[in-house]
Amino acid sequence: MASVELRQVRKSFGSTPVVHGVDVSIADGEFVVLVGPSGCGKSTLLRMIAGLEEITSGEIRIGDRVVNDVAPKQRDIAMVFQNYALYPHMKVIDNMAFSMKLAGRSQEEIHARVDKAAKILGLTDYLDRYPRQLSGGQRQRVAMGRAIVRDPQVFLFDEPLSNLDAKLRVQMRTEIKELHQRLKTTSVYVTHDQIEAMTMADKIVVMNSGRVEQIGSPLDLYDQPANLFVAGFIGSPAMNFLPGKLVTKWGGRGVQIAPDCVLPAPANSESDGSDVVIGVRPEHFDIGASGVKAQVIVVEPTGADTQVYCRIAGHSVTAVSRERHTFRPGDTIDLNPAEGKSYLFNPASGARIA
Amino acid sequence: MAPAERREGMHYLESLPRRWVTVYIPLLVFLFVLLFPFYWMVITSFKSNAELLSNGSNPFWVIEPTLDHFRKLFYGTSYPKWMWNTIIVSVTATFVSLAASVFAAYAIERLRFKGSRQVGLAIFLAYLVPPSILFIPLAMMVFQIGIFDTRWALILTYPTFLIPFCTWLLMGYFRSIPFELEECALIDGATRWQILIKIILPLAVPGLISAGIFAFTLSWNEFLYALTFISASENKTVPVGVITELVEGDVYHWGALMAGALVGSLPVAVMYSFFVEYYVAGMTGAVKE
Ligand SMILES: Nc1ncnc2c1ncn2[C@@H]1O[C@H](COP(=O)(O)OP(=O)(O)OP(=O)(O)O)[C@@H](O)[C@H]1O
Ligand SMILES: [Mg+2]
Repeated sequence: MASVELRQVRKSFGSTPVVHGVDVSIADGEFVVLVGPSGCGKSTLLRMIAGLEEITSGEIRIGDRVVNDVAPKQRDIAMVFQNYALYPHMKVIDNMAFSMKLAGRSQEEIHARVDKAAKILGLTDYLDRYPRQLSGGQRQRVAMGRAIVRDPQVFLFDEPLSNLDAKLRVQMRTEIKELHQRLKTTSVYVTHDQIEAMTMADKIVVMNSGRVEQIGSPLDLYDQPANLFVAGFIGSPAMNFLPGKLVTKWGGRGVQIAPDCVLPAPANSESDGSDVVIGVRPEHFDIGASGVKAQVIVVEPTGADTQVYCRIAGHSVTAVSRERHTFRPGDTIDLNPAEGKSYLFNPASGARIA
Repeated sequence: MAPAERREGMHYLESLPRRWVTVYIPLLVFLFVLLFPFYWMVITSFKSNAELLSNGSNPFWVIEPTLDHFRKLFYGTSYPKWMWNTIIVSVTATFVSLAASVFAAYAIERLRFKGSRQVGLAIFLAYLVPPSILFIPLAMMVFQIGIFDTRWALILTYPTFLIPFCTWLLMGYFRSIPFELEECALIDGATRWQILIKIILPLAVPGLISAGIFAFTLSWNEFLYALTFISASENKTVPVGVITELVEGDVYHWGALMAGALVGSLPVAVMYSFFVEYYVAGMTGAVKE
């Protein structure tokens, strides 16, 4: 096991910069999730840690060794690929044993380790099958098995669950999490699914077009987003953003969205009249007697909660409520952000003000 | 396309009269055109000379089959020797070319060295140079290194057209093997050489087989180089031997000619039928996981 340290890591393909100076430090045994929209450079970053891509500049350390120029096989890492990359012409057992055979381990050791990994992953009955004879979930497990038999310092996962159906994805998510709690191997996990990131991570790194937007624990990112991007990316349904001007009203601050529509804003030191964006999570809208007027467009009850799509002064807004409501599309309701649960952002820089 | 979709999409072919028009009749016409020369060859080789040359006999059937032509072929000419030469030359040239092509194709496809694209293109262009032009400079070289009229003359010149062809075919095949497999092997600790031997080659078996069959057939049937680089009767290959020794002036020994062609085509036919499945898979590419 080992820590991983990225310092000012940059990558260009030809003359196109793709990763612009990333700093991340991953503690020993931590489960870190790299998350971000498609094309933001997550896979590239992971592949640089694996040694499959060269680093244009910067430094990567695994443990206390700088690995910039170390070949992948000497980095003592294991990687699980999105499409599993199982060797199609080898049985499961040979797939899992391949790396140890290359390393010249003894037959007994190989057997012992493969058996142990197979038992952990429930693959004991499938060892003599070929990958094509397995279901998607089983292949996924073999890919993980191939990684754990090596007992590496670091596990790297590149969207390992994205080829599975929704139900299996949830199940495997839990399994990977359990596995990590059991083996405590430092893991870097790439996904573009923020739910996966929130549920699995000790620490999330949010990336956007080759830059790190914010690093923190899942709840930190949810409660204290650093900017508009993170606020909009983390959480589902996504946070509502309403542009307006700061005003002072009712002895506190407010954001004027329309001439007759002011939302209460968190305390801040910006001057009245400055442009801001107020962000409110759907689950932080109180639907009740007082607040701003909103026109209901669609109501979607899911059983546990109800999603209400409505319009405030021309802006679409989503609210989620645990209660059941009797209003219907076309009705007007009152929405109010819960006390202390709204955020202010600078519309130009995207940074959070309060 | 999944099999189920395919069935659905071609459903309109399922009614019987339609199937006759769209599938069976064209296939039968095709088969007839392809197989008729072969049939002609077979019946001619079993006809006696008298029957062959008489105007009254049925040209599409043999009345009195005879093995005379085969006897003449095997005991009256050096046919067995030609056969042996053809086998040696084809097999060796095929293996030499395959080995060279594997390295060339792998390097061009996967090592991504500077100019790999240009090299790939150049190899393809080399394939387009017609042998009828190439044989003149090749003949000079064959003379100079002193292998004229030996099997080596053919074993070393056949790769000039076999390697470009096999390389080009294998490049397409290697391209269909997912990159991740190699990257995974790299992380698993394999060297380039081990990746080639343990991952790429086993997965490329269908491609190797189809390239091999093609190379073998091309060298088996090769005529021009064999005609120019070989002069002694006992060094000839089947195609050249049959034509040069069974046509005397303007006398065609049709029966023996056809018998020679028939026996000469059997090994290739047998090989095709053995490997036909791999062959198709190899031509259509795609490694299935
Ligand atoms: N070999 C390459 N050559 C040139 N550009 C590349 C190469 N690989 C990736 N890129 C570019 O780098 C950027 C980041 O790619 P990357 O694969 O890291 O994205 P990602 O965050 O993993 O996206 P996804 O979620 O879709 O997998 C993309 O814009 C991509 O076009
Ligand atoms: Mg990716």
